[in-house]
Amino acid sequence: MTNATTAQIFWWVALPYLTLGVFVVGHVWRWRYDQFGWTSRSTQLQERRLLKWGAPIFHYGTFAAIAGHVIGVLIPERWTHAVGIPEPVYRWFSAGAGTLAAVLVIGGITVLATRRLFVPRVRATTAGIDYVALVLLLIVVLTGIAPTIGVNLLGHGYDYRATVAPWFRGLFSGSPDIQAIAHAPLIYQIHATAAWMVWGVWPFSRLVHAWSYPLWYLWRPYIVFRSRKATHPNEPGTGGRKWRKIGVPY
Amino acid sequence: MRVMANVAMVMNLDKCIGCHTCSVTCKQVWTNRPGTEYVYFNNVETKPGVGYPKRYEDQEQWHGGWALDKKGRLQLKAGGRLRKLLTIFYNPDLPTIDDYGDPWTYDYQTLIEAPLGTRNPSAHSISALTGKDMKVTWGSNFEDDLAGAPEHAAGDPNLAGLQERVRMEFEQVFMFYLPRICEHCLNPSCVASCPSGAMYKRAEDGIVLVDQDRCRGWRMCVSGCPYKKVYFNHRTGKAEKCTFCFPRIEAGQPTVCSETCVGRLRYLGLFLYDADKVLDAAATPDAQGLYEAQLSVFLDPHDPAVQAAAAQAGIPHDWIEAAKRSPVYELAVRHKVALPLHPEYRTLPMVWYIPPLSPVSDVVDAAGYDPDRPDAVFATIDALRIPVEYLANLFTAGDPAPIRRVLRKLAAVRAIQRAGQLGLDLDEDLPASVGASADELDDLFRLLAIAKYEDRYVIPPAHAEEAGRLMGQHEQLFCSLDTEGGPGMGGEGPGGHGIRSYRPTGTPGAGQTFAAEDGRTRFNLLGWDGRSPAPGLFPEGEAS
Ligand code: SF4
Ligand code: SF4
Repeated sequence: MTNATTAQIFWWVALPYLTLGVFVVGHVWRWRYDQFGWTSRSTQLQERRLLKWGAPIFHYGTFAAIAGHVIGVLIPERWTHAVGIPEPVYRWFSAGAGTLAAVLVIGGITVLATRRLFVPRVRATTAGIDYVALVLLLIVVLTGIAPTIGVNLLGHGYDYRATVAPWFRGLFSGSPDIQAIAHAPLIYQIHATAAWMVWGVWPFSRLVHAWSYPLWYLWRPYIVFRSRKATHPNEPGTGGRKWRKIGVPY
Repeated sequence: MRVMANVAMVMNLDKCIGCHTCSVTCKQVWTNRPGTEYVYFNNVETKPGVGYPKRYEDQEQWHGGWALDKKGRLQLKAGGRLRKLLTIFYNPDLPTIDDYGDPWTYDYQTLIEAPLGTRNPSAHSISALTGKDMKVTWGSNFEDDLAGAPEHAAGDPNLAGLQERVRMEFEQVFMFYLPRICEHCLNPSCVASCPSGAMYKRAEDGIVLVDQDRCRGWRMCVSGCPYKKVYFNHRTGKAEKCTFCFPRIEAGQPTVCSETCVGRLRYLGLFLYDADKVLDAAATPDAQGLYEAQLSVFLDPHDPAVQAAAAQAGIPHDWIEAAKRSPVYELAVRHKVALPLHPEYRTLPMVWYIPPLSPVSDVVDAAGYDPDRPDAVFATIDALRIPVEYLANLFTAGDPAPIRRVLRKLAAVRAIQRAGQLGLDLDEDLPASVGASADELDDLFRLLAIAKYEDRYVIPPAHAEEAGRLMGQHEQLFCSLDTEGGPGMGGEGPGGHGIRSYRPTGTPGAGQTFAAEDGRTRFNLLGWDGRSPAPGLFPEGEAS
């Protein structure tokens, strides 16, 4: 951590931890206080033709992209070496699969952003926080795709696993390598910063629906019965914690 | 045998005048909020017609309800669990808002603010979705009284299988109204379709509800319900549905649609049923056997064995008593005149219908029907095969026999009453020919024609000692103090317990003194008006 300027410390250490804190506390708060608002807020009722293509492509593309980040960023380079994956193989796999994911994500998000901005029925349901999340996501996606396709697939390649990845993992082990990220190309820096911001707005936007993907449905019985329980009624929408904004209309 | 209770409704279609009062009062109570403009928990359709949303009855298009797979096992028609999870980002079976009708309001302001001029100002229609001007093209009751029928009515899925010639005549001579609410099914496919597990059936009374706090807006319930009676609130992003007015039912009151029904045609009561038999009944191989299969699920509340089993299952005594007097049991099981709507969806619906007879007789009248020969009623019912087939598509998965049997019975009830009124001779065998005794037909007449309030609605209240607990099960949708005469309405609330039961005696306004345990005379502040003397307020002397 030698020679790091204050700005660098703020940007590459304080900001990530701050957004991480907001991410965690925000989720606890939202979960306790706003069960009623915790929804995917689907607009399929209003518009289905664009959604039919945009939504599945975007979501499945995102799953691929997340998997790619787990492999590329969370798993250290020496582990892949240890299991005997040579660097060129890794690079071509990462560039190829990464490009596929990138194409899916960018295609999906283009369709989704288009309908959100230009289909009046959909636009009418869009809140301020949705625009914030959308813009941040667009930045993350574009700055993520440009190096994947431009540098790793077509260009000479850039080993982010030696710079961005150690810094990122360092955040979680308590010793982030500021110099590594500070000297990474600008586009990676923007990508990382915007990603942190997404984490920051996550709990306050409709992105929370991601945590509610109902895998449990595969195992549960079809018909759900509920009986009376001897409990106090919850404050509507709060999950029982009585945290509630004053003047909330419901 | 696992006995459970389910509240249910029967509607006597003969009496529906299509006034939409039920829809309006329901809307005022439950769906007069932003996001639910297009939602009618209760709607009234003119039949034949495509319905609301368009063609909802065609499950080859919408894939609602259940179906049997190749091995005869019950499966959601829209596919298994994995398929549901994989299509969660885009539900291929979801109707769009245009299938219901884009909700609109009018720009009334221009009427008020228009400058003085020679032309009358007009109010534009404004979309409730976008707030912009729009062209109104469809709505929930655009087919009212066969409006546009020549264009649309042919799209009615229930006309499938009827010959072309028959169809055309049918539209000219015949129509009736079909009021619809959620069926509160015994085997609800909406609940089964909900990936979040937010939808549930109440174990005590069978009402099917959406937990607003656990719904995540996956909208599988909307497409999963073959009756399309779960709706997506486009403002909150959550599913909503008919609640069977559970706060009223819990208080022993009829639902709003029933209470306000102008034709007084709705009946509410309990069914006791055997929960162990539900899935087998729903998996009956032949769709036309589903009506009988569902009947076999219901238990006879007069049977002592059933009563004992019900009591053992924790069903309160007054509920069992209410089940014995249940008008829906009488109509559906004892008299067998009520039929389920679209049993072929295999959800075992719990809102049943008495098929309409009047239009049949009316047509017959025109054709020279002879009131002296009530038997002719039967002949005409059989002659008028068209509506029987249509009704069969609605109520018996296409089997005309039960429809014919019901219509004959209803006709016999009329014939007997007519004969009584006009002093005509009656064929002694008439009741027997419809499989009933004269007394039974008389009971049926009372239930259908006299239809007293207390006979139509036999609703045992939820147990008072459990009232507070019930509230824990769902959102508190209303203030619990706002019951009639309750403190929230300016009344005193129920008496009987604690401080409310205390009434000062003696001089009004004066508090009471009493001998305290320590031997001193003390003053009871309860009931003191704050002005009169208060002897012993500060007790004197030594405590003993
Ligand atoms: S009718 Fe009601 S209970 Fe039956 S599937 Fe539809 S919403 Fe569910
Ligand atoms: S209020 Fe009664 S008579 Fe009027 S439309 Fe509704 S069900 Fe029919």
